[in-house]
Amino acid sequence: MHQLTIADIIKGLRERQFSSTEITRHLLERIQQQDERYNSFITVTADEALQQAAAADERLAAGDAPAMCGVPIAHKDIFCTSGVRTSCGSRMLDNFVPPYDAAVVESFERAGAVSLGKTNMDEFAMGSSNETSFYGPVKNPWDTNRVPGGSSGGSAAAVAAQLCPGATATDTGGSIRQPAALTNTTGIKPTYGRVSRWGMIAFASSLDQGGPIARSAEDAALMLSVMADSDPRDSTNLQRPSDDFTRDLDQSIQGLRIGVPREYLAEGLNSDTDERVQEALREYEKLGAELVEISLPHTQLAVPAYYVIAPAEASANLSRFDGVRYGHRCENPADLRDLYMRSRGEGFGEEVQRRILVGTYALSAGYYDAYYNKAQQVRRLIKQDFVKAFEQVDVIMGPTAPSPAFKLGEKRADPVSMYLEDIYTIAVNLAGLPAMSLPCGTVDGLPVGLQIIGNYLDEARMLNVAHQYQQATDWHKASAV
Amino acid sequence: MEWEIVIGLEVHVQLSTQSKLFSGASTRFGAAPNTQACAIDLAMPGTLPVPNEEAFRYAVMFGLAMNAEIGKRSVFERKNYFYPDLPKGYQTTQLAEPIVGAGEIEIHLEDGSSKSVRLHHAHLEEDAGKSLHDAVFSEGHGMSGIDLNRAGTPLIEIVSEPDMRSAAEAVAYLRKIHSIVTYLGISDGDMSQGSMRCDANVSVRLKGEEKLGTRTELKNINSFRFVERAIKVEAQRQIDLIEDGGRVVQETRLYDADKNETRSMRSKEVANDYRYFPCPDLLPVELTDEYVDTIRQQLPELPDAKSTRFASEYGLSAYDADQLTQERAVAEFFEAATQHCGQPKLVANWMMGELAALLNREEIAIAQSPISAEQLAGLIERIVDNTISSKIAKQVFEAMANGEGDADAVIEKRGLKQVSDTGAIEKMVDDVIANSAAQVENYRSADEAKRPKMMGYFVGQIMKASKGQANPQVINKILKEKLDALL
Amino acid sequence: MAVDAQTVHRLAELARIAISDETLEEMSGRLGDVLKLVDQLQTVNTEGVAPMAHPLDASQQLRPDRVTEQDCREAMLALAPQSEDGLYLVPKVID
Repeated sequence: MHQLTIADIIKGLRERQFSSTEITRHLLERIQQQDERYNSFITVTADEALQQAAAADERLAAGDAPAMCGVPIAHKDIFCTSGVRTSCGSRMLDNFVPPYDAAVVESFERAGAVSLGKTNMDEFAMGSSNETSFYGPVKNPWDTNRVPGGSSGGSAAAVAAQLCPGATATDTGGSIRQPAALTNTTGIKPTYGRVSRWGMIAFASSLDQGGPIARSAEDAALMLSVMADSDPRDSTNLQRPSDDFTRDLDQSIQGLRIGVPREYLAEGLNSDTDERVQEALREYEKLGAELVEISLPHTQLAVPAYYVIAPAEASANLSRFDGVRYGHRCENPADLRDLYMRSRGEGFGEEVQRRILVGTYALSAGYYDAYYNKAQQVRRLIKQDFVKAFEQVDVIMGPTAPSPAFKLGEKRADPVSMYLEDIYTIAVNLAGLPAMSLPCGTVDGLPVGLQIIGNYLDEARMLNVAHQYQQATDWHKASAV
Repeated sequence: MEWEIVIGLEVHVQLSTQSKLFSGASTRFGAAPNTQACAIDLAMPGTLPVPNEEAFRYAVMFGLAMNAEIGKRSVFERKNYFYPDLPKGYQTTQLAEPIVGAGEIEIHLEDGSSKSVRLHHAHLEEDAGKSLHDAVFSEGHGMSGIDLNRAGTPLIEIVSEPDMRSAAEAVAYLRKIHSIVTYLGISDGDMSQGSMRCDANVSVRLKGEEKLGTRTELKNINSFRFVERAIKVEAQRQIDLIEDGGRVVQETRLYDADKNETRSMRSKEVANDYRYFPCPDLLPVELTDEYVDTIRQQLPELPDAKSTRFASEYGLSAYDADQLTQERAVAEFFEAATQHCGQPKLVANWMMGELAALLNREEIAIAQSPISAEQLAGLIERIVDNTISSKIAKQVFEAMANGEGDADAVIEKRGLKQVSDTGAIEKMVDDVIANSAAQVENYRSADEAKRPKMMGYFVGQIMKASKGQANPQVINKILKEKLDALL
Repeated sequence: MAVDAQTVHRLAELARIAISDETLEEMSGRLGDVLKLVDQLQTVNTEGVAPMAHPLDASQQLRPDRVTEQDCREAMLALAPQSEDGLYLVPKVID
């Protein structure tokens, strides 16, 4: 039953092949038995899940079932869940139980989905390996000595290990796509502003975007149809009503123009990974698509620009964690300064501290122009590269990550090498474009992801392009377990 | 050595919106602590701001009233610093692209002169909460309590150029700002409740010197009177310091009203680096020309325009017109009273004389005046129709202030009606002439030119005899006839 | 480019994060690495390019001035490390 996709589950529930309670119970048992190996969940909400499943079964019986009624999913622990601890992977929020739900959580509740619990993540979504979590690293189900990627490593691992058919995630610089690539799952980061950020704990507000990780493009489309909605509580939301992202899945991709950026095949790319990507491109040619070489000349500057902008925004976003109104507070503060210094020194892990300090530096007097302002100028150049490219092509394709999953601890000592993990994903966040990752083969038994970058608001077409590939190939069906 | 004081003011005005700048929490004053602090105000994780349209409308109204440029595009920025009354760890404010740009207003000084003060800019921002240092907790643990009800209340910060040259000018400017915001109805302007707060940048230089001296910033001065005193005492401190061979240090100082001195706030001297940057949770606010024009058309008549109109329409002196238009409520009182009695000059005199003295004595605003505009008009009508003299009217006014009813009721009850009956007055004149042989003799022997002056004595005696109620014109007429008959 | 200990101290003070002496050295080294990475930005000419604070060139929607929030003090104070009489408690604030 755990192998079923979301589309399968929706069908099975409606055809009474099984109940929501049955599949929910099955997955909860599976989590209990297996997750010790992966550490993909921070909190499992078994009782609540079973209650939601029972309610869903009643609605299914009554014939009053919304889109995802009775489908069990999990939420990244960055989304606030009313009455359920929301830690953001941090000691700072280890005791934080919000009295409100994130918009994304509300959307899934409205759609009748069942929440199994909260998935592990890099602390405050800062990381590309899931090793910065206060709750310990997540292990890749394909090889538990390796990382699942990050920051949505828990969501990706849980889906890959078939502990849940789909999970919510967030992507600030690649945090949906890179773990999807490393775990053979399908993840999509929508256009900035598609999914409400209300109740999603902010890392870098102008880059953060929620999206799903699932086992197929079709499932990702089903989940995105639930998640993407207008929300007046989020000023940066595009205020576009929810859409049916499955509607174009079966369209032909004959004549599709695929841009292949020269710069994405530069040094640093694993040659085997490159080979898998080239094979996928040839498969697309077979499906009737045309490959067009394009140039994104400012690609190399995306990582530097990102590591100014994201830490700068984060340095302010994380100032609210001060030990006064909620969250971790140090013991017996001597004075106000001591309260702040120790609560934040103890509550934040090393990588979070490092990024706060980098962001503080980039914004401080005398450095603002050279760093923050310069990075925002470069950001515009990067966006212009994409705008120009999309005048010639319908989608852009390339690798999601430069290499397959690396070993736990391998890049921990060297933050910069970790940052370069996101070299192909980061530019998309800076530009606000939608992008996704889907499985396209393995290297030495480890999954490789193909990245599809779409034009603004072109998610339905990207999902169509991904779905057509998944109809022609079986890479996404390969299982770690 | 002749010194010149240079002053620039930063005035914070709380806007009287129903809800906060970025959340739907109430801004009502005086609620129990933290009952008006919602998840957004408390900076709960994942919460996001959405700006209040009314705050922008108010800010635009203010900008138009200050003859200032309106920022068609304005951008919120984050000003980063840690303080327990600042839940997000940054204040959302405007810096590079504020809602109101440069402007200019006329201020009016007590000597009747005017001067122009330039506005540097005005921006929208959120207020902080309050730290209660003296809160008494049952356990006596000596901690501070934080109330975040005020956190997120919309403010406009109005920054002037350093154009003022005396404490009196600073006060006149502040009064002008107060006058404009209350005219516009965008703030209650109540300094005692903190709805209007003022920081003053003060420096001194030798007269004729072009370069500005080192300035100090006086924080949070909360009344017109303290603004004047704080600036005076700070300027004097700087002058004394320089004359003694010292140097002014750029710093923040606090005015201590009890001791009438300023002192350094060293705890705030830790080098601040606010690391402003555009708030990524908010987009630039773009206002159309139509939006601004609509607001322009809806602006109420402002103090200067009203003053000009009062002078021409009611024939008031420039000074009177100005005095009566500084406060919207005062101007409205004047127009209401004038409409009733048709005597603008008398209304003006009474308002600036007796009524102003009364309000001053009772320390109340005109809105709380025990005598309404209609009642004052009623009193003036009785003067005009000779029912009472101006002198008796003052008695009636006091009685009205004590709640004895309107003018007619007081006149009736106290029997203050003026005596114009010729027979009664003739008798009083005869009695006084009979009892004033010496004065009559003097009158007879005096030069004709001096005689009118000498009548004063007789008039006084007659008024005394009539308890002030005899009609002075009737007295004059009869007295002159009778005295001249003795010549 | 290394970041000296004094700079790390100043940043930590601004960001209100206590950093132990042991981690200070490591932190300055790693901060230096990150700054070296971001210094690549200086290689491109951005003259005349407007900074882009948001990925989308949209403008802010404003909210009508209505009170929509209820008193939620008890739920919120329940999350506070220390509170009393409806107030959040902190070590004495000295002005």
